[in-house]
Amino acid sequence: MVTDVPTIRTRLADAPATDPAATPPQASPPHLVARDFHLFYGSNEALKGVSLEIPARTVTAIIGPSGCGKSTLLRSFNRMNDLIPNVRVTGELRISELNVLARDTDVVDLRRRVGMVFQRPNPFPKSIFENVVFGLRLLGVKDRGELEVRAEDSLRRAALWDEVKDRLDHSAMALSGGQQQRLCIARSMAIEPEVLLMDEPASALDPTATARVEELILELKSRYTIVVVTHNMQQAARVSDRTAFMMQGELVEFGDTRQLFTSPHKKLTEDYITGRFG
Amino acid sequence: MSAVILGQKVAPLPAVRPSDAPGRAFTLLSGFAALLIVLMTALIIGDVVVHGWQTVTWEFLSGVPRQGMTEGGIWPAIYGSLLLVVLMTFALVPFGVGAAIYLNEYANPDAPFTRAVRFSVHNLAGVPSIVFGLFGLGFFVQFVGMQMDRALGLDVTWGQPALIWASLTLALLNLPVVIVTTEESLRAVPREMREASLALGATRWQTIRHVLLPQAMPGILTGAILSVSRGAGEVAPILFTGAAYFLPYLPTSPTDQFMELGYHVFVLATQSPDVDATKPLLYGTVLVLLLMTLLLNLTAMLLRARLRANLAGRS
Repeated sequence: MVTDVPTIRTRLADAPATDPAATPPQASPPHLVARDFHLFYGSNEALKGVSLEIPARTVTAIIGPSGCGKSTLLRSFNRMNDLIPNVRVTGELRISELNVLARDTDVVDLRRRVGMVFQRPNPFPKSIFENVVFGLRLLGVKDRGELEVRAEDSLRRAALWDEVKDRLDHSAMALSGGQQQRLCIARSMAIEPEVLLMDEPASALDPTATARVEELILELKSRYTIVVVTHNMQQAARVSDRTAFMMQGELVEFGDTRQLFTSPHKKLTEDYITGRFG
Repeated sequence: MSAVILGQKVAPLPAVRPSDAPGRAFTLLSGFAALLIVLMTALIIGDVVVHGWQTVTWEFLSGVPRQGMTEGGIWPAIYGSLLLVVLMTFALVPFGVGAAIYLNEYANPDAPFTRAVRFSVHNLAGVPSIVFGLFGLGFFVQFVGMQMDRALGLDVTWGQPALIWASLTLALLNLPVVIVTTEESLRAVPREMREASLALGATRWQTIRHVLLPQAMPGILTGAILSVSRGAGEVAPILFTGAAYFLPYLPTSPTDQFMELGYHVFVLATQSPDVDATKPLLYGTVLVLLLMTLLLNLTAMLLRARLRANLAGRS
């Protein structure tokens, strides 16, 4: 399978202004919500009252300089920050009706609904097949036939099936970095999450592999609500419907990607996207 | 001739670099230190092999000591050593690995209890082995064993030096090694693996069971085997807790005493009625002990290499 790089168009350049897909549906209730969300590492306030609403089945990019809190915000939605000691949060996070931060929220259930793809591909040192069905096995799926069907479906959706179908029992560690990352995406899709959080999913990949992951994100948004953290503004422009710009723990501007990159409302946003700092 | 820098007169830099004699001397010294280690190892092993290889025959390995230990073989000591380390491993590995998992995965690192456990582990590692021997006698033999006899209404059965108490004492001695190596192996599993598992909706236990333990296994096994190889040569902890000078039979029950290679070496070297007649037997026994230890170390290395290769996807 040859990667067809030129087909990955820059949406900014090609999409007509009236393209209905470019404007996220505003009528449906938001899928992800943050209200006055604060997060502290010890006494250091990393997020200073972030509020935003993310509609279902859209791609939202979060951009901003290093240390602005974009990854921290992303990792709050599946409570990965619970792993870090001395983290304190206030405010509200919701995924549909689910109160993410509530004390009685089952974190394990939450993480099943909210998949995550990490900066560096992190397949387990197991076979390709065992990687994809890892989450299914945790859910108690034992039937070999069902595991195989679901594994194939996830791998197809991650555009990896044709490359690995003849060596599912080989170690995932032998795959290339780009293939590993698509395997990780397949792995998180196998347990049918509603949301996919991606933390700089292409920053450790070469340009070809990056292009394939971006292509994949565009294909997947018909099924999932996707939030992508990226330090790459071109990438944000290529894959996202809406973009959030953060700086020093605050959400500076959040809106339609096209509009944010062509005529930002805030001076700070304009300075950042034109490369005056960051 | 002088130069001026920032308005200050300074001496010109020398045209010739100063001699590197200290550097050369240090290279020589450190090389010599390294050589010394090789020499000592070769000397010890060489001496034992040269004097011992003719003694180590099938009759020697399978026979029993005769004529006040001036003739015969060492099979009871080999058998006793094997039983001892096998029993020790069964006691040692579950406790050591369990404690390490608790410390690394469940415990709050700042809690007083965690600190107390770590403090104990580090101090346990520094206790001289003879103290473990005395502790084993006082605690396992005289306290636990005698209480068991009393509770079961038996004559002296458990309340005397025995294979089981020697194994437990040895396990206690090696506990810090297994805890520390297991903890190191768990800590060496990349954070990304933990996060990947948790993000897929795994519970803490599922993450330990399916991600952390498989990846830490090479390190855990290495630690276990190394402590076995170390345990096979320790004499002090078993001195008062179960090792016998001479036994006419092989142990068949955990309450039996047993002969052991390390202790047998000590006996041959110091308790023989005829030192010259014993010497070849002594060399032979030491050679067997060394071979057993080397074999275990080699097994540990091979196993670790193989498991690592499996994890890395080369098989």
